[in-house]
Formats: sequence, C-alpha cells, structure tokens
Amino acid sequence: MELICPAGTPAAFREAVEAGADAVYCGFRDETNARNFPGLNFSREELRQSIGLARAKGVETFVALNTFMRAGDEALWYSAADDAVAIGADALILADFGLMAYVAEKYPAQRLHVSVQASASNADAIRFLVEVFGAKRVVLPRVLTVQDIARLTRQIDCEVEVFAFGGLCVMAEGRCSLSSYATGKSPNMNGVCSPASHVRYRQDGEALVSELGAYTINRFGPGEASGYPTLCKGRFEIGEVEGYAFEDPVSLDVIDQIDALRAAGVSALKIEGRQRGKAYVAEVVSSLRKALAAAPAERAALVARLRTMSEGQRTTAGAYDKRWR
Amino acid sequence: MQTLPPLLAKPVDIAPLWLVERVARTIFAGVLRAHPDLFERLGDYRRSRYCFSPSDLPLHFTVVPERGTLSVSRRGAAPPAADARVEGPLVVLLALLEGRCDADALFFSRDLSVTGDMEAMLALRNALDDSAIDLPRELGALAGPFSPLVAGTARYIRTRALEGRDATWN
Repeated sequence: MELICPAGTPAAFREAVEAGADAVYCGFRDETNARNFPGLNFSREELRQSIGLARAKGVETFVALNTFMRAGDEALWYSAADDAVAIGADALILADFGLMAYVAEKYPAQRLHVSVQASASNADAIRFLVEVFGAKRVVLPRVLTVQDIARLTRQIDCEVEVFAFGGLCVMAEGRCSLSSYATGKSPNMNGVCSPASHVRYRQDGEALVSELGAYTINRFGPGEASGYPTLCKGRFEIGEVEGYAFEDPVSLDVIDQIDALRAAGVSALKIEGRQRGKAYVAEVVSSLRKALAAAPAERAALVARLRTMSEGQRTTAGAYDKRWR
Repeated sequence: MQTLPPLLAKPVDIAPLWLVERVARTIFAGVLRAHPDLFERLGDYRRSRYCFSPSDLPLHFTVVPERGTLSVSRRGAAPPAADARVEGPLVVLLALLEGRCDADALFFSRDLSVTGDMEAMLALRNALDDSAIDLPRELGALAGPFSPLVAGTARYIRTRALEGRDATWN
C-alpha cells in the first residue's frame, strides 16, 4: 500500500520525501484547500520546486483543491486547477462536483482523486464519480468499518485510500457545519475549521480554557492533555452530565489493522496533518514507513511514541473498529 | 519537561538587562538577515508584536519582526503588551524557533501555552517551521574567528538539551 503524507510547507514536504512518502499532498496558499491557515501552504513557485524534488526521488505530488466553490468566485478554483495541472501535479484531490467537471472536461488525462470532503461513502456515489468524472481514486470518509470497506472495494472500479493516522474529524466530512455555526467560516467553504481568528486561550487559575467565538469549548485541568478548539471536540454540560457530546479529543491510529485494510483492497494509507510542523511529519512518516515493513507483532512498539504527539495524547481506531455496532 | 540547567540559567538571571538585551538583539538581527523568507510567509503578521516568556527564566522577550526590534524585560506584575504571547521552557522555545519540535504536540502536552491573536501565532509558527533556522550556525556566523568554537559549543548544548525529545527531523 502507498503511504500518502501531508505537507503544509516546503520544509515539511522535504521531510516527508526523505522519511519515505510514496506521495505527498499539499495545497495552495488560499481558500481552495481545507487547511487554509495563516503562514501555511504553497505558492505556485514553491509547488513547482517541491514537485521537482519529489519527482527526482520517485515520489508523487497530489494537490488538494478540496473546498467547495463559492458562486461567483469559481475563477479562484479554476485557476488553481489550471496551475496545478500546468505545474505537474500527479493528481488533484477534489470535492466539488463542479470543479471535478471542469477538470475532467478540460484535462481529461489529469488524474483525479475524490477528496474525503466529497463524503462519497457508498458504491452508488463512488461509481457515479468514476463514470461521470473519471475519478481514479476515492478517499473514504472515516465512517466505515474495515468490513464495510472490504464490501465497498468489491463493488467499485477505482482505487481506495483511507486515513490511517492523525486528526479525527467528526463523521460528516464535507457536510459539517459546526464551525460555521460558531464562527461563520467552515472547512468546506473557507478551508478553515475553527479559524484562528476566532480562537482564544486563557488561563483560569490552573485551568486552560479554550474559546471559539462566543463559545467556551473546553476547560482542561492542571496537567490534562488538551485538544484542538473545535466544537466537535468540545466538553459540554448536557443535563446533569458533563462530557464530550460529539467526540473526545483523540487522534486516529489504525496501524494495527494494516493487514486487514490491505486484504480489504485498500491501495493507499493517508496521514492527516498538513497543519503540523516538519518535526511531526518526519516522525510520523518514518514511523509508519517502518511499521508497514515490520512484522505485525512489532508495529505497536514502532508507533507507540506517536501517541504523545497526538491530540489529547490518545489514539483510537475510530469507526474502523466500531464494536458497539 | 527539560528546563534550562542552572549553570546556564544563573548567568542570564544575574546579568544586567542591557547586556542580555544587546546579545539577544544581535542574535535576532542575525537570524532576520539570514532568513528574509520569514517575512514573506509571515505576511501582514510581520507587524505583530510577539512576546516570548521562558518559564525557566525571569525574563520576557518582545519582538516586532518587521521593525527588527527586540526588547527584554524582567518578569513583574504585568507582562509587556503584545498581540500574541507564548510561554514554555527556554529549550522548547528555541526548539520551536528551529522547527525541531511540533508546536501542536507541545500544546497538547501542556508544555506550551499561547494567548492573544492566534492568527498571528500560527503565522509565526509556520514561518519559523519553514525557515530552517539553525541557531548554532547563526551564532557561529556572529562570532568571527571564533565561529567554529561557538557553533560547536552551541551544537553540543543543543544536543544535550534536546536529549529524549521528539527532534528527529532530517
């Protein structure tokens, strides 16, 4: 299986390549991708240089254009697709059907991947995207069990990529409006979930309080591992109970299911984290590269230390291993 | 969490403020000269005022990248005014300056605390992470004929300070 690795800066890109990525995915420095954070992402020239570096090492580059076009401003997304193709992206990762249609019609030879943001999670949806837009690969939302994935891959005629490690999103990717509700901005339309402009942290005695817009998201006690200030990871009072209403601050890790995923027909494993630093990228990519080559019994030890770098310093197999079902 | 060894912390603690400030300004100016790419990635946030507060030193370092200004103040009742502030052990702050540690991981583990304008803070974090700053090299460049000695000593101190930390970038 291929290892698909994140890069938010050229430095992180180089780390991913050196650490053993089969492909690196990245985005332009604007709202055409779902990690539109200050100081992050690539200029056209930086992407050109990075693709050159990757190609020299036999590594592919995927460009994420995975936000939804805003009516009247389609030119921003179209020109990003034009530039990514011209610069030599090996694949475009798209979520918007309109942008898929544009790329499929204008660049029929360009490899098109369906972003997780498209939320294509059943055979009918995926077959439609393959037949109409010529999609070659689908990145599955993190809502399916390994058994679901195995059933799905048998019914579709395209490659399947799944998230294997990193931040865990609420299970309505591409459709989540929690950030919009609190801030007016969303990953789907603006490329930012819980935008930094609306985030505040403050110390309240020994506690760390995180706030998003007008909402208190969480209060972490002394020494308690913290998480991102997103509503989906917020701790709320519901009736008499205080707890995580949507999901805990925890990261995804399905390294112990690599063999099952391979048997299920998965072509590529994706690491989340374009917003993370180059030290994180180097550590996670090299650890997962070693784990892929290791015997099953050795894998847990190889990735154990990654837990300390994860949100909430905890990991979960998430929906891949949904035993309560 | 690794904190500054007393052997290094004590001299900084008792040194006159003007001397600490002069040394810090020289290093800061050298870094800015060697890494003009920092400004490009910082964008408008180059005008922001950032305060770095090492939790193991009684000092605050306040910088405005665009102006190239740096001021040092002693910890007192009120910290200096700033748009964004970061606090953590000096070793961690320096490791972040070089991109040797992941800021999110340090935030999750509560080794680092950030307050103020988070857009400005993110822009700075990302700009630093991409800039390949190497403090021993920058210090060596400022040391004239003593460059190899200063750079080598700084590398030794850095290696010892970061022992056991997640600092495995290539």
